[in-house]
Amino acid sequence: MHIAIIGNGISGITAARTLRQLSADCQITVISAESDYFFSRTALMYVYMGHLRWKDIQPYEDWFWEKNRIQLKNAHIQSIDTQAKVLHSGSGEQISYDKLIIASGSQPNKYGWPGQDLQGVHGLYSKQDLEAMEKGSIGLERAAIVGGGLIGIEMAEMFHSRHIPVSFLVRESSFWNGVLPAEESAMINRQIREQGIDLRLNTELKEIIDDGTGKAGAVITSTGERIACGYVGLTAGVSPNIGFLQGSGIATQRGILIDALLQTSAPDVYAIGDCAELQQPDPGRRAIEPVWYTGRMMGENVAHNILAKKTAYQPGIWFNSAKFFDIEYQVYGHVPAQFSGEEASLYWEHPDGKKSIRIVYDRASSAVLGFNLMGIRYRQEVCERWIQRKTPLEKVLQDLSLANFDPEFFPEYESALLEKYRAETGKNIQRRAKRSLRSVLQFLKLNQA
Amino acid sequence: MEPNLSIIHQSAHSGLNLGQKLGSILAGLGLLLLSLSLFGVQFPFSFGFLILALLSLGGGMLLYAWYTYRGQTAGIKNNGVWFKSLSNRGLWGMLSAVLITGFYVFLYFMPQYLGQGQNGAANTGLIAFFDPLSQFLKKQPASQWFVYGVLYTLGILVMGIKFIWKYRHNRYQVIRTCSVMFFQTGIAFLLPEFMQRLNQPYYDFKNMWPLDYDFFEKGQMDYLLNSGGVGLFMIVFGVAMIFIISPVLTYFYGKRWYCSWVCGCGGLAETVGDPFRQLSDKSLRAWKIERWLIYSVLVFVVIMTVAVLFAIFHENPAGYYVTRDLFLVLVLAIFGGLGLLLWQRPKYLQQIPRSVKIAASSVFALIIVLTTLAYFTNNPNVFFIPADWLKAWYGFFIGAIFSGVIGVGFYPLMGSRVWCRFGCPMAAILGLQQKFFSRFRITTNGGQCISCGNCSTYCEMGIDVRAYAQKGQDIVRASCVGCGICAAVCPRGVLRLENSALDVHTRAEAVRVIRLDVEKGVGLMH
Repeated sequence: MHIAIIGNGISGITAARTLRQLSADCQITVISAESDYFFSRTALMYVYMGHLRWKDIQPYEDWFWEKNRIQLKNAHIQSIDTQAKVLHSGSGEQISYDKLIIASGSQPNKYGWPGQDLQGVHGLYSKQDLEAMEKGSIGLERAAIVGGGLIGIEMAEMFHSRHIPVSFLVRESSFWNGVLPAEESAMINRQIREQGIDLRLNTELKEIIDDGTGKAGAVITSTGERIACGYVGLTAGVSPNIGFLQGSGIATQRGILIDALLQTSAPDVYAIGDCAELQQPDPGRRAIEPVWYTGRMMGENVAHNILAKKTAYQPGIWFNSAKFFDIEYQVYGHVPAQFSGEEASLYWEHPDGKKSIRIVYDRASSAVLGFNLMGIRYRQEVCERWIQRKTPLEKVLQDLSLANFDPEFFPEYESALLEKYRAETGKNIQRRAKRSLRSVLQFLKLNQA
Repeated sequence: MEPNLSIIHQSAHSGLNLGQKLGSILAGLGLLLLSLSLFGVQFPFSFGFLILALLSLGGGMLLYAWYTYRGQTAGIKNNGVWFKSLSNRGLWGMLSAVLITGFYVFLYFMPQYLGQGQNGAANTGLIAFFDPLSQFLKKQPASQWFVYGVLYTLGILVMGIKFIWKYRHNRYQVIRTCSVMFFQTGIAFLLPEFMQRLNQPYYDFKNMWPLDYDFFEKGQMDYLLNSGGVGLFMIVFGVAMIFIISPVLTYFYGKRWYCSWVCGCGGLAETVGDPFRQLSDKSLRAWKIERWLIYSVLVFVVIMTVAVLFAIFHENPAGYYVTRDLFLVLVLAIFGGLGLLLWQRPKYLQQIPRSVKIAASSVFALIIVLTTLAYFTNNPNVFFIPADWLKAWYGFFIGAIFSGVIGVGFYPLMGSRVWCRFGCPMAAILGLQQKFFSRFRITTNGGQCISCGNCSTYCEMGIDVRAYAQKGQDIVRASCVGCGICAAVCPRGVLRLENSALDVHTRAEAVRVIRLDVEKGVGLMH
């Protein structure tokens, strides 16, 4: 059986590796025009900043693919004939398949801004985007970044690492406040400004001005201001990269429509990762989740559905993480940006304004729903277990040290949070568990999933 | 071949700030004074000039570091590490490798060119420049080892302070670095010098066999035995370090208690070597070479030591508690015991691969057979080669060339732990204990890894940390020195250094990995 995979990002590569684990004899081909070998997309920034070399962001050595008989093909697929089960590449090559996995990823959003196709205007998604940013940085005196999300702040950190001044245009009234609750969002505003970044909240892009040579020379903002800049980063989110599917007959909306078994409307064609749109996502989850972790889960899942027992995609309890300059961020479970009447949260912030703990819980049952951490590390398994078991807030507070994952000797702030709870409720709750691996292992054993 | 993007890079603001320039000039001045003395320039009030040279060298480096970090917020800032020629094997890296290697060659093999007085003659040059300091500390003229000790300690102190500024947000790193600075300055440098001043034997309490490979040499033992109660205590302490203190501490905390908290070689690697940690090779090939090399050195040092001890006790020397007969019994007991232990039932012994057990047992058997043979044939040379030769070869190839010349000289080429990773027999023993009899491991935080590669890149021991982290598998590797940098540079909070006895015998098994279970869906499985 020949299984072709379009895309060598985390989703496609996880699928390929899992297929090989499940079957020694199927033929696996991974097709990409972006790079010869799999690399960690989330680590592109570290290459630009000089923390890592290109080869350092490739998680497997080059011999790995041949050893595991995963064929890597550098080609750009332009169309798919789902009847004849054939892929057509840009160079006219035809590749036939028995099963097809589409993992073609995303592309940066462009909202029809005047000047959006000038030279020196790029998103930050692909290897080619990184190369454009490298080139555009030579002699660059200022960059403008449009869109306040995870990629926008990464890009700001990248330019900042090379001492290139940045103007950061964010449409919202506070950074990423569609996802972060108000306090955390305000913390990141402060962090951005502390680095010396020119953060413009409530500001949109109106137009990118040609410098006279076909290159970006300035941006005009929604407030009418003109900011001279030789590079414009477009980071207002991403959309599924599905242009090449036109005429293939595969049903799409924003992304490629898939059922719970990750199957598209065409026979033997699956779609996973950023490009896929679940027809019936779990309650509280989005139909398209362009994040590393779901891509990896879908990659494993689709391999099982093709070669082993068919299993519905069940992503489990939401989690994510990021780093905003110096502040690490982790989230487990349900943490809304704005609270409905049914949820409440207990929030503690360090006096230095760079660390915080938030526990979201159900007002009626007091079951914990989610954890939001800034500048403090928590253990995923422990948080997950509490959320799965609908553990009451007070019990979680008593045992909260079990979740602490900061390095040894770091100050622990669980008592500070507990103190806050005592002050708010007048209840005298005492800490029980201590931070130790032994207690964690015992807890996990007692509370097996 | 992928293009190396870091080569395309052009720094928008290369060049140093004013403080960094001043620091460089000051440090350069210190180096200049030391070089002048090396070439025979004699200073008036030379003690004052020596202090001036050391202060401006150290102070200049500190000034440089201060002006590097003061403008940055606290956090991981490895910006431009792969763009700078000193830290990416560029021109400055190559030049420093040549310079340091050259210094070690002179230090070990041609100290007369540094000014070491030969056959009792007075020192000249660089070493004479250090005479006043040596006189002040221990009332003896300097030697090349005194000069080396001063520069070594200065390096650890200055670069240690720099390291602390760099990682000021990370308390584990701050405390650990204070520890290596204390053990180098207090225990390795000042204490032995003062002991000599008090007419007590020279002894570095934190050093131990087999890193201290001539601990069991006759000259060394006679020296300690003839020094009265203090000397005897030192021998007992040294043996206790090997057989009691170190196994117990390694069981509780892993080999890090020694390698990245106490050891002098480790101390230098963690401070002076820190700018080069990313240069260690992470490939599978390097790991294979590492295992062959380091365990070969371990076998070599064990054989050499048995030979040296046998040659001593063979003659039933007066004043020793160990006789010829007792030594044979000890060899039979220790190596026979270890060999038998290997094949016992307990689970933690069963994890040892069969090939390792066979190789180790063969070495033990060989030692037992040859020692017994030598005992009954009355041959002083256990391995048919004079023990002195074995010791001289070990001292030359391993003690001098590997641990010194290559071990430090190659920092800018192969990273800061070349010796610790490929050669150190102490690290090999502690590593075996860590792998099979220790509570220590690095745990991974569920599914949070994004495979970025920071952990692997900044691992000075060349461990591909990411390979474990992206599977969600705990890391139990013999070579891990527990420096904690992988956890520090991780942008997603995935790694934590931890100890627990609860699952100590199964902790290395790949039982906690991210995978799909057909019943439970995708997630973290146990």
